[in-house]
Amino acid sequence: MAALTVPGVLRRPASYTGLWSWVTTVDHKRIGVLYGVTAFIYLLLGGTEAFLMRLQLARPDQSLVSPEAFNQLFTMHGTTMVFLVVMPLGAAFFNFMIPLMIGARDVAFPRLNAFSYWCFLGGSLLLNSSWFLGGAPNAGWFSYANLTSKAFNPGHGIDFWILGLMVLGVASMAAAFNFIVTIVNMRAPGMTLMRMPVFVWMTLVTSFLMILAFPVITVALIELMFDRMFGTNFFNPAAGGQPILWQHLFWLFGHPEVYILILPAMGIVSEILPTFSGKPLFGYPVVVFSGIAIGFLGWAVWSHHMFTVGLGPVANSVFALTTMTIAVPTGVKIFNWIGTLWGGSVRLTTPMLFAIGFIAMFIIGGLSGVMHAAAPSDAQQQDTYFVVAHIHYVLFGGAIFALFGGIYYWFPKVTGHLLGEGLGKLNFWLMIIGMNTAFFPMHFLGLDGMPRRIYTYSGEMGWGLWNFVSTVGVGIVILGVLVFLWNFFSSLRRGRPSGGDPWDGRTLEWSMPSPPPLYNFAAIPRVNSRDAYWEQKRGEVGDPPTNSPRSNSHNEHSSNGPIGRRPQGSYSDVAEAARLSIHLPGLSYFPILVAIGLTLAGFGLIYNLGLLFAGAALAVLSIYGWALEPVSDPAGHPLGH
Amino acid sequence: MEHAPATGHVAIEETTTGLSHRKLLIWAFLASECMFFGSLIATLLVYHGKSLSGPGPKEILDIPVTSVSTFVLLLSSLMMVMAYSAITRGRVKAFRIWIMCTAILGATFLGFQAFEFRHFALEGLTPRTNLFGSTFFTLTGFHGAHVTVGVIWLLSLFGYSFRGDLTRESGLSVDLAALYWHFVDIVWIVIFTVVYLIGVAL
Repeated sequence: MAALTVPGVLRRPASYTGLWSWVTTVDHKRIGVLYGVTAFIYLLLGGTEAFLMRLQLARPDQSLVSPEAFNQLFTMHGTTMVFLVVMPLGAAFFNFMIPLMIGARDVAFPRLNAFSYWCFLGGSLLLNSSWFLGGAPNAGWFSYANLTSKAFNPGHGIDFWILGLMVLGVASMAAAFNFIVTIVNMRAPGMTLMRMPVFVWMTLVTSFLMILAFPVITVALIELMFDRMFGTNFFNPAAGGQPILWQHLFWLFGHPEVYILILPAMGIVSEILPTFSGKPLFGYPVVVFSGIAIGFLGWAVWSHHMFTVGLGPVANSVFALTTMTIAVPTGVKIFNWIGTLWGGSVRLTTPMLFAIGFIAMFIIGGLSGVMHAAAPSDAQQQDTYFVVAHIHYVLFGGAIFALFGGIYYWFPKVTGHLLGEGLGKLNFWLMIIGMNTAFFPMHFLGLDGMPRRIYTYSGEMGWGLWNFVSTVGVGIVILGVLVFLWNFFSSLRRGRPSGGDPWDGRTLEWSMPSPPPLYNFAAIPRVNSRDAYWEQKRGEVGDPPTNSPRSNSHNEHSSNGPIGRRPQGSYSDVAEAARLSIHLPGLSYFPILVAIGLTLAGFGLIYNLGLLFAGAALAVLSIYGWALEPVSDPAGHPLGH
Repeated sequence: MEHAPATGHVAIEETTTGLSHRKLLIWAFLASECMFFGSLIATLLVYHGKSLSGPGPKEILDIPVTSVSTFVLLLSSLMMVMAYSAITRGRVKAFRIWIMCTAILGATFLGFQAFEFRHFALEGLTPRTNLFGSTFFTLTGFHGAHVTVGVIWLLSLFGYSFRGDLTRESGLSVDLAALYWHFVDIVWIVIFTVVYLIGVAL
């Protein structure tokens, strides 16, 4: 019996199958799958919230949902899509792909990685439990002071928002620390920084943005929480407090957050385009440095969210200029993507369609973004549907399209099966037609003066037609998502087997069988160039694959079972790891226990001090258990049963 | 905090930079902490002189007393250096003495802070009194919480040293705690300068 008794009460988990193996897993691939599935469920929830709002607005003077419910819907739609969908879908790809792309066996801190996921789940449940506990938060995803003060918002909704976001922030920061260390410190020999895939680069930039931006929102949340719970004066005008301070702190976080959402999407597109154009990414160093430049400039533009606040002409001019400057590196990237397509042998697969759709939609969103950047023009657009159109072109047409492209691109690597191409193309066309039908008319509505966040409007305003069209568009998008789900479930088991490298991939993850074995690489690869796997396959640098020992071992793997499909994380993998003397990080209960403790403490802060202390005690004890637990099981591998 | 046993892969594996993962992690964490304290200090500065009622910094801050507690905290950093030096030479007994001194000085600083908070409350300054109270107690309170975590960390290392697995090779575990401890000290130097010295002068 190899299970080790940990100081305290818990026996070391030792099973690699069944439900408990998912609860105690520290495997980055499983954690990636958990992130992806959870985030997709929240995508359906956030989409449902959007559809309810669109139904309410489809015709003038409707009363499908109450004004209060409408406030809760738009607050939770925004919060859900930002924190529970786009960020964790990005995290799903970071988790699954980064170690494979840099030639590592796992992330730097496997248990911290598990903790990130469980903390994300705990925080998201804390936030969404508000629906059943007296009403969801209702002050917008930005929760401007004083809409959030106890006097004007006495319910618990805002408290759930504050504490949910704090727990989610812990999750994001823990993940970001992990990926910074992993990317900086765990690259395979020869994988210099300028040989890293662009997706890895964008993950690195995003991770730095996360660790630097989340403390700022944490401070804002703490100040708001103290105002609400202990009667401090941070945002209390009666004591001289300035509600504008909230806006500064929120957007000082909020604008880097925008790039936290879009940079991983740009990374995914930068992987898909070269693969299906059959040529390397055009201007790789420029794309990388543009991404870094966006990361820096993202800190200098936050007040463009506040042009109508009255900061004065100097501040407005400066922020208008810095904001327009961001269009330069962004434009550079777009030209490089087009340059990648130019003269390539383009294969219009589903991931490629989504990537090209991303470029087209992101250009439209970028152009309206430049319009907002001009402060006088923004004064006309502030708080109108024009802005709603803009953010949905960059976040739906941009981030979500790239993430769907990523799902189609990497699904075969994760499952060993291809998603159906026919359904995939139907999915793409429904989504791109649907989103343009839904969001393009919002430009007209906005310029015609329709404000955001109103729960209904009078028929005399003449907004009925475009609102109806927009609602139809959302319906088409939903059809597209349903087609995706159909495709997903039918392909999961019965999809065409993909083999290790269905797309003629360039990066290291395609050099291994699908799904990859528990320990990733039997032998750590040596990297001699960018697009390392291409070079290897074409024999331009290094050994041709048929001669190299690692390809032999891969062939051995792929002959293990039915073509291209192997059970992931199975005992055979564990045995194989032991045979190859690869130490697998031990499974652990402690990450989930710390996350449960933090979530309970969150509930405790709202309801009951006893619960707060119980949650905190659980978290602290579990941290001790975690610290005292050996990283891997010294008694041997888990096959010792 | 992760003690790698002989078979563990974290401590002994080769890394791209040659630095250990945990060392990089703590530096990234401290960068993040800079933004955390930076935001709290920025809030305090934005609200400097904006309180609608007293007492303000001039009326209530006692520079001589806080100078003593600042000295105590700085001295603890010296003790921390001695503790780290001892463990890297394999002198576990000396390490125990120095790390205990560090923890005691840290706890003394916290004692000063508790005294200061209570004194201010009696003088009529609480977090609810005015903007200065809200910003002052939040900033120094979070700093105190960081010192508390540090003291617990130091005492844990003291405890580990009796388990026999804190040896010359695990100097890194002490190094991480030391980096955190020095960082918390540096933050206090900024707070003492900005909130106390400049706050009273302006």
